[in-house]
Amino acid sequence: MSILIDEKAKVVVQGITGREGMFHTAQMIEYGTNIVAGMTPSKGGIEVLGIPVFDTVREAVELTGADTSVIFVPAKHAADALLEASDAGLDLIVCITEGIPTQDMILAANLVKRSRTHLIGPNCPGIISPGKCKIGIMAGSIFRQGNIGVVSRSGTLTYEIVDELTRVGFGQSTCVGIGGDPILGSTFADILPLFEEDVETEAVVLVGEIGGSDEEVAAEYIKLMSKPVVGFISGRTAPRGKRMGHAGAIISGKTGTAEAKVEALTAAGVPIANTPIEIADLLKTALG
Amino acid sequence: MKIHEYQAKQILAKFGVPVPAGEVCTTAEEVERFAASLARPVVVKAQVHVGGRGKAGGIKVAKDASEARQIAADMLGSKLKGLTVEKVLVEEALDIRREYYLGITIDRAAQKNAFMISSVGGVDIEQIADKTPEKISKLHVDPATGLLDFQIRQACFAANLDPAAIASTLRFARALYDAYIAIDGSLAEINPLVLTGDGSVIAADAKINIDDNALFRHPELAEWEEESEEDEIEAEAHRRHIQYVRLGGDIGIIGNGAGLVMTTIDEVNRAGGRAANFLDIGGGARAELVRNALEIVLMDPHVKGLLFNVFGGITRCDEVARGIIEATSTMDIKVPVVIRLAGTMEAEGKALLHGASLIAADTMQEAAATIVRMTR
Repeated sequence: MSILIDEKAKVVVQGITGREGMFHTAQMIEYGTNIVAGMTPSKGGIEVLGIPVFDTVREAVELTGADTSVIFVPAKHAADALLEASDAGLDLIVCITEGIPTQDMILAANLVKRSRTHLIGPNCPGIISPGKCKIGIMAGSIFRQGNIGVVSRSGTLTYEIVDELTRVGFGQSTCVGIGGDPILGSTFADILPLFEEDVETEAVVLVGEIGGSDEEVAAEYIKLMSKPVVGFISGRTAPRGKRMGHAGAIISGKTGTAEAKVEALTAAGVPIANTPIEIADLLKTALG
Repeated sequence: MKIHEYQAKQILAKFGVPVPAGEVCTTAEEVERFAASLARPVVVKAQVHVGGRGKAGGIKVAKDASEARQIAADMLGSKLKGLTVEKVLVEEALDIRREYYLGITIDRAAQKNAFMISSVGGVDIEQIADKTPEKISKLHVDPATGLLDFQIRQACFAANLDPAAIASTLRFARALYDAYIAIDGSLAEINPLVLTGDGSVIAADAKINIDDNALFRHPELAEWEEESEEDEIEAEAHRRHIQYVRLGGDIGIIGNGAGLVMTTIDEVNRAGGRAANFLDIGGGARAELVRNALEIVLMDPHVKGLLFNVFGGITRCDEVARGIIEATSTMDIKVPVVIRLAGTMEAEGKALLHGASLIAADTMQEAAATIVRMTR
């Protein structure tokens, strides 16, 4: 088992004809992901890397049985693209696109929530169930199949952490990059219950960062979990009121500070690593 | 993007939100002329991005045009909390009966826009929210319907607004919400919202932030973008499309991915150093991108050393190393540069760095300790 995706996922790539879309489609195919369709409006009928391209998601679903979408559509049109995917009744949408206007995402996230579709992202590296399926832009070679679930708001920081886990022998069941934007399809609190129920996952690593209150909300759920969770929070020495790049990591007032997050997670029994390198040690202790 | 009060009020006026008669001025003469044309007491307000402007002396009332001229002459060119006052907004002084607070912003946790109103305005609203949250009435806007009239009315009654103010506040709030959505706002705050003697409400102050991700939809705001950066280096980084935030320390930081860069900053600070900046070069490592990043970081005269932390994923470490070597070989860098490369093709990347005059480190901790030691 794993969560959200496994070898059975049938994937449509929205924006497959763009530079990013095409590059990462090739990478995903190489990893073994079952890419069944591409979608770019007005490019229907062509093939990209041997994959048929359709004008609409609906058509792609009807003709290929796609159940999952990954979105590389430019920011201007990405919210519309994910609403189209949701309207076509997909199980899961992974939105990689960075820089989507926040008001567009507020509408899209609320509408998707009213549908049957799970949304991961936007502005995220995607999901990987090592050895089975990769939907996103992460470097597959860093990951190993195993029993640790990873959920993170960051991209390269996740690589850093997973690389260390892999090095010391902790493989991963599934790694989910939920994204760094203020408005996200899935938060920590949406992903943790999936890991809790997954038979293959023995423990979870939660990689948070300053800004927002998702870590604090997650801490409440963690209190109910039977599986151990180990945490890391980036931006612990960041000055207040500074927005750090596209991370959505902005601290103002009391909410969203590293201290508030560490305090909430600690109260939920989550040991917090001071540096990424400590995570593996904390996992060893947690798993006894 | 932050915009100035006078810019916010120009936007609001376009959407039919009542604002005081006013004009933005850059000289004391202009101030006197405009105040004389109003022929009544005016308020002179410094246009700088600082909080607590009134307490810092950035807002002053003048009874006539000559007093307004004197106030403006003192204010223009002076420093307010470290920022030079280049413009003042001159407005008619209002007949204040009550001061309220009205705000719209993004509530991340609720994933909706939040509308807030309070009968306690003109004060530090964060303190009110912290100490007496019951004095602020808050509601969430369904993005599919927009802000509805009955919601506004409910909020006004819950906030105990003067009955005389309800109808005009309803119209005001509707127009403010329309403006906020139309310009892709992330914040629209009216503090205070003034109830005047004749029962109308008017925006005595206005603070609007605009979502950077949506600026492509608002080419008319491009000229304000330049002015929104207070820091020269941040402004230059912005022009070069580089994610840079100045932090005030002396160790320059460059890395890929916001989370990793933040963690690198944490490591440097934990090692006893002080990070000078946040800089995320994102994916790829072409020499031109690396050179741009290095130039931006080194524009800060306080930078005594530099730490490059890159985790290679799809962008391989050998490509990153080549980019760094090519960029640094054409630059005259006078401070020590420590580089930590990890991930895909790590060994190949490190081997390339070996021949260059750059200091390689194996881990983030080691890199942080090394650069802190070298800049002591």
